[in-house]
Amino acid sequence: MSVKVRIPTILRTYTDGSSEVKADGGTLAEVLASLDANYPGIRARLLDDSGKLRRFVNVYVGEEDVRFAGGLDTPTPEGTQVSVIPAVAGGAR
Amino acid sequence: MTTTYADSTTPGTHTIRPGAFGNATELRCRECGATSPLGAHYACFECFGPLEVGYDFPQVTREQIAAGPHNIWRYRELLPVPADVASFPNTEPGLTRLVRADRLAADLDLARLWVKDDSGNPTHSFKDRVVAVALTAARELGFQVLACPSTGNLANAVAAAAARAGIRSVVMVPHNLEQQKILTTAVYGGTLVAVEGNYDDVNRLASEIAGEEETWAFVNVNVRPYYAEGSKTLGYEIAEQLGWRLPEQIVVPIASGAQLVKIDKGIRELVELGLVEDAPYRIYGAQATGCSPVSAAFHAGNDVVAPVKPDTLAKSLAIGNPADGPYVLDVVRRTGGSVEDVSDEEVVDGIARLARTEGIFGETAGGVTVATLAKLVRSGKLDPAAETVIINSGDGLKTLDAIAGRVGPKATIRPTYEAFTEAGLA
Ligand SMILES: Cc1ncc(COP(=O)(O)O)c(C=O)c1O
Repeated sequence: MSVKVRIPTILRTYTDGSSEVKADGGTLAEVLASLDANYPGIRARLLDDSGKLRRFVNVYVGEEDVRFAGGLDTPTPEGTQVSVIPAVAGGAR
Repeated sequence: MTTTYADSTTPGTHTIRPGAFGNATELRCRECGATSPLGAHYACFECFGPLEVGYDFPQVTREQIAAGPHNIWRYRELLPVPADVASFPNTEPGLTRLVRADRLAADLDLARLWVKDDSGNPTHSFKDRVVAVALTAARELGFQVLACPSTGNLANAVAAAAARAGIRSVVMVPHNLEQQKILTTAVYGGTLVAVEGNYDDVNRLASEIAGEEETWAFVNVNVRPYYAEGSKTLGYEIAEQLGWRLPEQIVVPIASGAQLVKIDKGIRELVELGLVEDAPYRIYGAQATGCSPVSAAFHAGNDVVAPVKPDTLAKSLAIGNPADGPYVLDVVRRTGGSVEDVSDEEVVDGIARLARTEGIFGETAGGVTVATLAKLVRSGKLDPAAETVIINSGDGLKTLDAIAGRVGPKATIRPTYEAFTEAGLA
């Protein structure tokens, strides 16, 4: 399944400056894996050492914050918009 | 790393003038400690952690401060602003009154209580403080538009400050905001956008736009490190107005939590600079139960804050995913305070109680704070014998609906003396 991923300024060095890229996968975890295959290293910026989303990164699938929706297991249907946004400050999990 | 920062520094060719940020020297990650040059960044390039302003403070004396302007610029040496900051148009907030609240104290069986009444600021909330600093940073960084997502008060402050500075503002608010806050923002003539969603949705949208609109300073997004410093002045003023000493207990309302965290930072700076004597103080946070993620984390013993979907009358505090939540927990735990939450009914009681006892009409955030104070006294978590300061952060005229239906005329009478006496009003 193909989805669109919005990339924050801070990570655009990985995407050659692109603010939006395509990725594949039926869940957020798969989308991040697909992203990493095309833009190596980007997943490690988003996940901590234990493989969880970093505390200061907010990820939205459609309009829903994935922390309300199932975290990395959140389904990403065809055509979904995924947005990665640095938390404005402290962030939360 | 420097090249990366330069790439993302906002208005391309703009050079920062010397001394643009006063005694501020760098931005520092609150998580990993990585530092970066002063600029328009808010997230650490290493770990995404939030950045805050670091300084190399000179010796500042009480006399110097007292001789300064009658507003927050009296503390300019402790803020990320240039020495000539006062010569640029701004709303000049600050030095609001610290009211000795003996009648509210008696009502709650407290020994000594003060209300720091920030409803006296130019747009009637503490947000004028943070916006004044953010506007200064925006100007020094060459931004052309002042923008923000807001729960209402920030919208007022940004629209007014931009009007005074003669620049455009773009302010985004949840569509179901209080009518008073809509009008008191729109009147300044900027672009006001109502977004179909709650504050957290608006905030997310603003963060995305901030990544695209390179000439826009989102006060609480891309210039947040500077913005947040404005709240330190509340800590400075409380100490100065108490005769350069610290209160023992402070109760602060929480939305994002930035205000509470920065009041603590301000107090610690005063101690480090020798401007006040070191003394223990406790900071308490106040939330409405319908949006109390920080209180929940505090009581569960967590150091992360799980987001919630807000449902409360106290809309100015309705941030379900509070940016500074984890740092609030650090501050209240370190100082020996706590975070409590109160029902909407208690909030309205709190508004009425402050008004009846002290003649101060606070907005819902003030109601949350007064009700939390009462709860802290009841539960024995706050020492009734110790000196206490509470923050009234906004004006009741902005949230009239909260008390409509609760208060009103005693009677409606014909204009005759007879009617007056018949109604039993004498
Ligand atoms: C009146 C009032 N008090 C307190 C706050 C809380 O501020 P903070 O987001 O810094 O915690 C807000 C935030 O919007 C507010 O409008």
